[in-house]
Amino acid sequence: MGLIRELDTGTPIRISEATVSLTIDGQPVTVTRGTSVMAAAATLGTRIPKLCASDSLEPFGSCRVCVVEIEGRRGFPASCTTPAEAGMVVHTQTDGVAKRRRGVVELYISDHPLTCLTCSANGDCELQEVAGEVGLRDVRYGYAGENHLDAPIDDSNPYFTFEASKCIACSRCVRACAETQGTFALTMEGRGFASKISAGGTDFMGSECVSCGACVQACPTATLNEKSVIALGTPEHSVVTTCAYCGVGCSFKAEMKGETVVRMVPYKDGKANEGHSCVKGRFAFGYATHKDRMTKPMIRAKITDEWQEVSWDQALTHAASEFKRIQATYGQNSVGGITSSRCTNEETFLVQKLIRGAFGNNNVDTCARVCHSPTGYGLNATLGTSAGTQDFASVDHSDVILIIGANPTDGHPVFASRMKKRLRAGAKLIIADPRRIDLVRSAHVEAQHHLPLLPGTNVALVNALAHVVVTEGLVAEEYVRERCDMAEFETWARFIALDHNSPEVSEAVTGVPAADVRAAARLFATGGNAAIYYGLGVTEHSQGTTTVMAMANLAMVTGSIGKLGAGVNPLRGQNNVQGACDMGSFPHELPGYRHVSDDATREMFESFWGVPISADPGLRIPNMLDDAVEGTFKALYIQGEDIAQSDPDTQHVTAGLRAMECVVVQDIFLNETAKYAHVFLPGSSFLEKDGTFTNAERRINRVRKVMSPLGGLADWEATCAFSNALGFPMHYNHPSEIMDEVAALTPSFSGVSYAKLDELGSIQWPCNEEAPLGTPMMHVDRFVRGKGRFMLTEYVATEERTGVHYPLILTTGRILSHYNVGAQTRRTENSRWHEEDLLEIHPFDAEHRGVLDGEMVAIESRAGEIALRAHVTDRMQPGVVYTTFHHAKSGANVVTTDNSDWATNCPEYKVTAVQVRRTNRPSVWQEQFAEEDVSLTRIAALAPAAE
Amino acid sequence: MSATMTTTRIYLPKDAVALALGADRILRALQREATTRGLTLDIVRTGSRGAVWLEPLLEVETPEGRIGYGPMTAAEVPALLDALAQDGAHALRIGRPEDHPWFANQTRLTFARCGIVDPVSVEDYRTHGGYVGLERAIAMGDVATVDEVKVSGLRGRGGAGFPTGIKWNTVRLAPSDQKYIVCNADEGDSGTFADRMMMEGDPFSLIEGMTIAGVAVGATKGYIYVRSEYPHAIRTLNAAIQSGRRGNVLGQGILGSAHDFDLEVRVGAGAYICGEETSLLESLEGKRGTVRAKPPLPAIEGLFGRPTAVNNVISLCSVPWIMAHGGAAYAAYGTGRSLGTLTVQLAGNITHGGLIELPFGVTIRTMVETWGLGTRSGRPFRAVQVGGPLGAYFPERLLDTPLDYEAMAAAGGLVGHGGVVVFDDSVDMAAQARFAFEFCAAESCGKCTPCRIGAVRGAETLDKIMAGTDTAKNFEVLDDLCEVMADTSLCAMGGLTPYPVLSALTHFPEDFDHAARRPLAAE
Repeated sequence: MGLIRELDTGTPIRISEATVSLTIDGQPVTVTRGTSVMAAAATLGTRIPKLCASDSLEPFGSCRVCVVEIEGRRGFPASCTTPAEAGMVVHTQTDGVAKRRRGVVELYISDHPLTCLTCSANGDCELQEVAGEVGLRDVRYGYAGENHLDAPIDDSNPYFTFEASKCIACSRCVRACAETQGTFALTMEGRGFASKISAGGTDFMGSECVSCGACVQACPTATLNEKSVIALGTPEHSVVTTCAYCGVGCSFKAEMKGETVVRMVPYKDGKANEGHSCVKGRFAFGYATHKDRMTKPMIRAKITDEWQEVSWDQALTHAASEFKRIQATYGQNSVGGITSSRCTNEETFLVQKLIRGAFGNNNVDTCARVCHSPTGYGLNATLGTSAGTQDFASVDHSDVILIIGANPTDGHPVFASRMKKRLRAGAKLIIADPRRIDLVRSAHVEAQHHLPLLPGTNVALVNALAHVVVTEGLVAEEYVRERCDMAEFETWARFIALDHNSPEVSEAVTGVPAADVRAAARLFATGGNAAIYYGLGVTEHSQGTTTVMAMANLAMVTGSIGKLGAGVNPLRGQNNVQGACDMGSFPHELPGYRHVSDDATREMFESFWGVPISADPGLRIPNMLDDAVEGTFKALYIQGEDIAQSDPDTQHVTAGLRAMECVVVQDIFLNETAKYAHVFLPGSSFLEKDGTFTNAERRINRVRKVMSPLGGLADWEATCAFSNALGFPMHYNHPSEIMDEVAALTPSFSGVSYAKLDELGSIQWPCNEEAPLGTPMMHVDRFVRGKGRFMLTEYVATEERTGVHYPLILTTGRILSHYNVGAQTRRTENSRWHEEDLLEIHPFDAEHRGVLDGEMVAIESRAGEIALRAHVTDRMQPGVVYTTFHHAKSGANVVTTDNSDWATNCPEYKVTAVQVRRTNRPSVWQEQFAEEDVSLTRIAALAPAAE
Repeated sequence: MSATMTTTRIYLPKDAVALALGADRILRALQREATTRGLTLDIVRTGSRGAVWLEPLLEVETPEGRIGYGPMTAAEVPALLDALAQDGAHALRIGRPEDHPWFANQTRLTFARCGIVDPVSVEDYRTHGGYVGLERAIAMGDVATVDEVKVSGLRGRGGAGFPTGIKWNTVRLAPSDQKYIVCNADEGDSGTFADRMMMEGDPFSLIEGMTIAGVAVGATKGYIYVRSEYPHAIRTLNAAIQSGRRGNVLGQGILGSAHDFDLEVRVGAGAYICGEETSLLESLEGKRGTVRAKPPLPAIEGLFGRPTAVNNVISLCSVPWIMAHGGAAYAAYGTGRSLGTLTVQLAGNITHGGLIELPFGVTIRTMVETWGLGTRSGRPFRAVQVGGPLGAYFPERLLDTPLDYEAMAAAGGLVGHGGVVVFDDSVDMAAQARFAFEFCAAESCGKCTPCRIGAVRGAETLDKIMAGTDTAKNFEVLDDLCEVMADTSLCAMGGLTPYPVLSALTHFPEDFDHAARRPLAAE
């Protein structure tokens, strides 16, 4: 096993129907029109030395080491910027070429430190390689001339250094920042010999750099180098795996030294990210070996007791006997479990199997309950599948992009970069968001329309957009007639045309000027391929499901589903939230979204598993907690979830947990929920196991083990052991066998296997006999459900109202550097960007309350009170405040209420009526939190030399 | 106003050279004297006719035509007015300029109006034959217009010498919703001033040329990129554009046709490299002025990614004449593949400096000696640099080289933008060679390695040679460096820097011999 070296053709292979044939060094080659001579040579395996070229970037032509000779042409053209032409006869190795290449490299080395042996990129440096290739033996200029050898080092970024003395001014970093990432934080400063890379005139940390790593990836020398490589040396082998952060599901090469990760390098063949990355996946992996990692199973009788470290066997036997005792005492339905969207498909599948098979009920739920459950429900009802319709690459073909309730540059940065690339190429952008998110206006991207609606009014706004389409004659009539249920369409069209759905009337509700809504609707309906991208700003509302349906209506009525560049696209939060849903994590659904009441499906599982399965849907998380408070629900197995931090109305959640008799938490850290647990099982990170994650585009990606589980067992092994202890045997030698079981039981996965995943790299479900290679785009010729179904989407205001006591609306979200509850990112240097959760507040609201930027404010809702520091910013609109929930001690969810979506119980995180006032101390809850952070997490000291 | 009072019309250049030599002081003196004497003077400000050695060349309208007086000074104004009150005899009187041999022996096609017309008057321009070409182009249509320019043999006067008609045809054939005409008026070569003179003296030639280009390629928008060091040209161009819009030669439906064309002046920020067409486009787009790799050619993907004809001022100003008189008439001038006329700018150490327009094929010697009358210092001639700071240095024995593209290339030089800079025997050619590298280092955009690093190393290597350090090795290094720069540089900046260096080395080796180096001529 060695390092995976990916081919770099130097310049992109162009996509074209037309091809050209030419001869390179006597070998014939045919490439697509527009492809460079350099890339054509690379496809032959002919390497032309290069320094400024990389196939992830547009040709630049600055280094001049890639010169060749072409018969019939004067001089020595650069092969990177010369397109291959029919009949060309190219010579890449002639005496003339060799002499000139050597001459250029001689110039480079005349201004480069000769410290290769002690350089962090020794052995991983393109300049070094090229110097070797051209046979440079002497720098006749000497080293006494003008140079940059004393240029300073910028090590302000926690993850990489910028060592200017090693810079060869190839601009690859500047171009990567612009072309790949789209942040434009880097530039070339000065000219001629004084040209130097600049992070906008300041250091990297102080600049607009978002630490995506694209520049580090692009740098051919040690100039931009990972600090981990500087510390550890270059890696010796690499393994392709999938990032465990957001739902984009980027592929990475984990570059290793033994069982130590040296660096995570984005993998070019990864279909979700195509070689790009963000600060989390690229750099924030240190949590996996953080000192806070729990590696020993532990038990305790009461949550106020100290934890006792025990063996796996003791812990599982204890847990099993407790679950059996509780079921015997309180009934079969008094226990349940929560699957994890952070774990693999295989692990999730096993947890729901354990609950259905060993617990004998359907009390299984997952974090999708609190994020995208309305997506599943809404898209299933209208289109027939509980998933997004497109692959990420589809956005390359979009002409109009509507973003509702999503902040891609923070939440889904790698996809945001792809979207920005398309926007820079001319696609139009409409953003519906209460806040002025970055995409509203940032470098080379500006939304044509920002519709700053009030939180909680999505349905009214989307209805108003559809109203304009219908009443202004912009309906895609042929599409609707062919593909949708006409009777339902007509009913819907009459409904949507009603006056109260007009932009003029709904303006009073949404706060968005009617003229803007009309203009945006016209653009969406007439601007070409129109795509909708949305996030939790849609789903986490009392009408989350209604908004999803309203968006599906809007997409259908404009003919925007089933083709490239269009679609209704949920940007899913967690790495495997799609997979967790697919794998049967909901209390009413078996894997593949089949209802538990469906006898045929149940019988298939029953015969495969050899146990009866309840036909009654089980409890959802909020129901479990309600029942716990009422005393009928007593035990919970939670794998890789932290409901005490992530779920709304924290005090209600913890009251439910406190009321249980056995809470089993399986996690890599002693998380907030573990404070209320009786059994703790050490979890395994994504680096410690094999499996698969399914991303937002239904793409099943492989997760590969690169180190042994720190706690001894991978999560799937622990679940098996727990099941065995409960008397429901599970035996798998490898997660691939679990996937085989999934495939055998689930029609949409029937064609999936590890062998095929290894061969294809990834597969988008459905993958079966009809689609053996998977399905990049859904609903191509017809909707999965048959006829597209228009649903009536009446706007109903949330019960959460502002008033005299709680005049402001609080909405929550996340930030680039942190991930969800922050359990991982807080244990990395990412905290340098965001040390605490802040309350964003408009200057008017701040001034009205005498609040200055940086001051502590109390935020009080009907549910609870917390205190945070204020950040006064006009990115908020007056009347709306915002915070993040990355830090447990902030307690953002102490304030959020138990209101939820009418269809799925997805909590209404995005709308909480609050009052904000100045304060000088933490809230009562925060003080209690600080106290319990100690009292509920004590671990007994090991008895010395116990054996 | 008294009926008996006669009005005297005086033409006084407002060209930057004339201004530098006191034209405005002359104006004030004239006004003062006119008031004192009760004269009515109708003073028309013109451009320059190009005889810098005669500037300020004041002209008086008389029944015999315009009579020139130059070089005029403010102090001479009373005497001049005295003379005008008599028979006009004055020591500075040169007669009718067009009869003066310095002008009479030129072939003024492109510069026919410069120095004669009121630069910002459309009417004056039309009176002197302007807009005949555009009218004909509109009548002929795009294909025929492009063909006419092809027939003329016109080649880019900015230095590259690329056939203008072929470039235009590429732009014409490139499909796009928007195309552009960009005029490269970033005239930065030392010793050149033809563009400036034209923009200050006859801007409508440029406006008409660009409009014809717009008709020919299907562009509706043009930009003139002028260096900031040309404030007078910028002012004159803007005034002319305003007047052109009022006169319906710019804007919508020009000359009552279906064609729209409008112009905008953009001002550079002092970078020589922005005279390179792709850097110019980057700069026009608001970016750092760095060179773009070609392909794509600007004709296919130019300004804002759209098909763009980038032409030099003089190329564009040659077009109205070609369209008015026919391509064949233009091609009747010149020699071989260098057809039409070349505007040569005589500068440096020369007695009669200025702009002369001649058919291609006249020798450098004729220009330097017949028009220029040799060195201004009176010391013996030693070298001439043709084609700007990146042009070759020629010694006396190459002076009989005809100034045309092919002959110059054969002699190891280039025509460039037609600048001819003369040096007498006090010049240190090693220092001049070093200056070529210094200039390249100072003006390199820094994008490509040979230029960015090579220029600095070149100067350092010459220092070693001049200091007598390892000279044999360093001559070899210098040769290799020049080869790398010439063959691998991204643009002509680095690519042509070896011309002055190697020509100095070839023709004046004695200046590089450390042992034999003469003490530097008097500082």
